Amino acid sequence: MSPLVASRIAARDGLVTLIGHRSLETARAVADVRTWAPLLLGHMRRLGVDSVPITLFIAVFTGIVLSLLSSYIFTGAVPIYFVGALVGKTVMMELGPVLTGMGLAGRVGASIAAELGTMKVTEQVDALETLAYNRYAYLVVPRVLAAILMFPVVTAFAMAVGVAAGWATSVNVLDLSTPQFLKGLKLFYHFKDIWFGLVKSASFGGAVALMGCLQGLAATSGAEGVGKSTTRAVVLGCEAILVLDAFWALVLL
Amino acid sequence: MIVLDGLTKSFGDKRVLEGLSLEVPDGKNTVIIGYSGSGKSVTLKLVVGLLEPDAGRVLVDGDVVQEMDREELAVLRGRIGYVFQFAALFDSMTVAGNIRLGLVRRGYDEDAIRERTHESLAVVGLSGTEDRFPAELSGGMRKRVGIARAVALRPRYILYDEPTTGLDPVTAAVMDQLMTRTRDLGVTGLVVTHDMRSAFTVGDRIAMLYQGAIRQAGTVEQIRATEDPVVRQFIEGRPPADLRPVARRAPA
Repeated sequence: MSPLVASRIAARDGLVTLIGHRSLETARAVADVRTWAPLLLGHMRRLGVDSVPITLFIAVFTGIVLSLLSSYIFTGAVPIYFVGALVGKTVMMELGPVLTGMGLAGRVGASIAAELGTMKVTEQVDALETLAYNRYAYLVVPRVLAAILMFPVVTAFAMAVGVAAGWATSVNVLDLSTPQFLKGLKLFYHFKDIWFGLVKSASFGGAVALMGCLQGLAATSGAEGVGKSTTRAVVLGCEAILVLDAFWALVLL
Repeated sequence: MIVLDGLTKSFGDKRVLEGLSLEVPDGKNTVIIGYSGSGKSVTLKLVVGLLEPDAGRVLVDGDVVQEMDREELAVLRGRIGYVFQFAALFDSMTVAGNIRLGLVRRGYDEDAIRERTHESLAVVGLSGTEDRFPAELSGGMRKRVGIARAVALRPRYILYDEPTTGLDPVTAAVMDQLMTRTRDLGVTGLVVTHDMRSAFTVGDRIAMLYQGAIRQAGTVEQIRATEDPVVRQFIEGRPPADLRPVARRAPA
């Protein structure tokens, strides 16, 4: 094995060990409710409510593209009201949660990593410890819990807006009436479509926030180090979403 | 009393501390002097358990810091204030927010927190800055808020990391006064600095850290009168022989 490959494997191994160790510290810090509980609502607002505009933007265009794409695929082969079925199923089960997760990995994951990274390199994290706070209980747990709670809420909005955008496009651009769209939407609908998407999005939220926190706390060497940690947080957050997406499909479908 | 016992610490291939031993007596200011990068700040972080030594141990009031779990460390940190080199104030909080954070942790009620905040800001001469953010303060003011944050907790020990670095002479003198005043209130100080004027002003004892260990420790008078060439060169601020200006050649 070449030294370069060996060093890359060692670096990846070190990263996995680091994430594992710090995830364990985070799990232990959940018991320190007195520290994280007062911070939870503020983080829910910052990570959730403030993310609604970008999420809705993504959802609108996803709905538009899906309805146009399904019309293109179905025309001449399948009844056109199947557009509603495809838009509904895809937005609720896959694209709503995954694209929202990816969008928030960029917004939330990067913002957490940059904030915590800056705190780390300016010794604010050490200062927190010298004031007898557990850094995981104060910085990581409230952010991860807020993301787990708020990603499904934001995703639910995205699902509703995505389907609505698909309907509006079908009615205004395609030759499809509202009853036809709704017929298709109800055709294969199961309540599981919604909770499957929401369960996935909660796990995506936890993964994105955890990656942001852990990469931020691992930042070194000033502004450049914070930049690298932020990039790594977004990349790892997106990778985690794809892995979890496959995991839930295997387990729940 | 704080006792540093045979501390060794490396970062990668770079060995920073190599058997550092030192006693920090109660009620006095002990100053560690040394070159930049000699491991002074690392030593302070070992005292509060922010870093783990590779070998050796730190005893605070007889308890070994390295054997403490997270809860015990939190209790220990309740007895030790830490003033960071660049203040390390939480920039998302106001001055009052920075000071109240440690007090909230210790379970003080709102009245006590307000009283302690006003009192500690008065000690450092910054009354009225409660609602300002760190970004609105000068470097010297930020360092004084850092001291106020530490003093508010009424600690038994305060660790000062380069408290006068980067300050103008007058502000540096104010910092020296604060460190002396805090010592006079009965707080034990451990100061790391390479500012010799400050070291001689605030120190009761001075120890020089050189190549990972204490080269010499003693009272201010003993250090002033030292014949050790390394310590002498450092306290007089003389450059090494090969860096001294060469004699000007006479024009040809």
